[in-house]
Amino acid sequence: MSNKRIAFLGLFVALAFVLSYIEYLLPLNIGIPGAKIGIANLAVMVTLYTVGEKSAIALSVVRVVLVGLTFGNISMMMYSLAGATLSLLVMLIAKRIGKLSMTGVSVLGGVSHNIGQIIVAMLVLETESLFYYLPFLIVVGTITGVVIGIVSNLITVRVKKVLSF
Amino acid sequence: MKKNDLILIAVILVITLASIAGIRLWQHNNTGGAATAVVTIDGVKYGEYPLSSDVTERIELPDGSYNILNISGGFAEVTEASCPDQICVKHNHIKYAGETIVCLPNKLVVEIEGGEDNGIDGSTH
Repeated sequence: MSNKRIAFLGLFVALAFVLSYIEYLLPLNIGIPGAKIGIANLAVMVTLYTVGEKSAIALSVVRVVLVGLTFGNISMMMYSLAGATLSLLVMLIAKRIGKLSMTGVSVLGGVSHNIGQIIVAMLVLETESLFYYLPFLIVVGTITGVVIGIVSNLITVRVKKVLSF
Repeated sequence: MKKNDLILIAVILVITLASIAGIRLWQHNNTGGAATAVVTIDGVKYGEYPLSSDVTERIELPDGSYNILNISGGFAEVTEASCPDQICVKHNHIKYAGETIVCLPNKLVVEIEGGEDNGIDGSTH
């Protein structure tokens, strides 16, 4: 990994941390448990498409641990880790298949993040009735995924220019 | 955005909107006159409140946190809570079978159970 890539990875970890904080300050309060804007996924997406896949995995784990220790507690960390792991896995597979642009990959990431969180919530609360929220969460994940995907694409184009110097 | 992205988004939206409509229909058909709001805390049943009688219940948790459940006009809602995110308070009031209000920080779930009425008003044998 070149020095430039290492520097960018550090930058994106810091960015992911700040974006998570913004997300924490401005929760998407529409009465659906687990619904999130997912702006921190911006940093993950850009890293995935510029610095590399392994770096994106490292960034995701570091972000969840840092944010969990700073703003949350262990149970919050568990929810976000489940969401982040599932979403990153799905995005990695979608990116490798190569049939979708960044928007499609981001949509799948947003949707699977919400699915991961609701599954953990169902296990923790021992209630299957949360299942009813799933379709709403998928719609929310799709909408936020489109926005995040378009913005990540704009950023990725610019970062790639700098990295190729 | 590629054509595949649009197909993906369209498929997701069609499937989810169809299932939302299906769930709504099922909920409306399975809610009888004897519907109750069932409160569970951390998987343990706390209490049952019939939607037909208005009541306000302060639910205290061992660690000092609380949720206030209010039942009026056949609807159940959480009007006040000690949790930081207030998702349960912002949630719309509920009345149909299977609808829930969840407070993750307090591990509290309010769920509507639909009574025995299955949509058939009477039958002869």
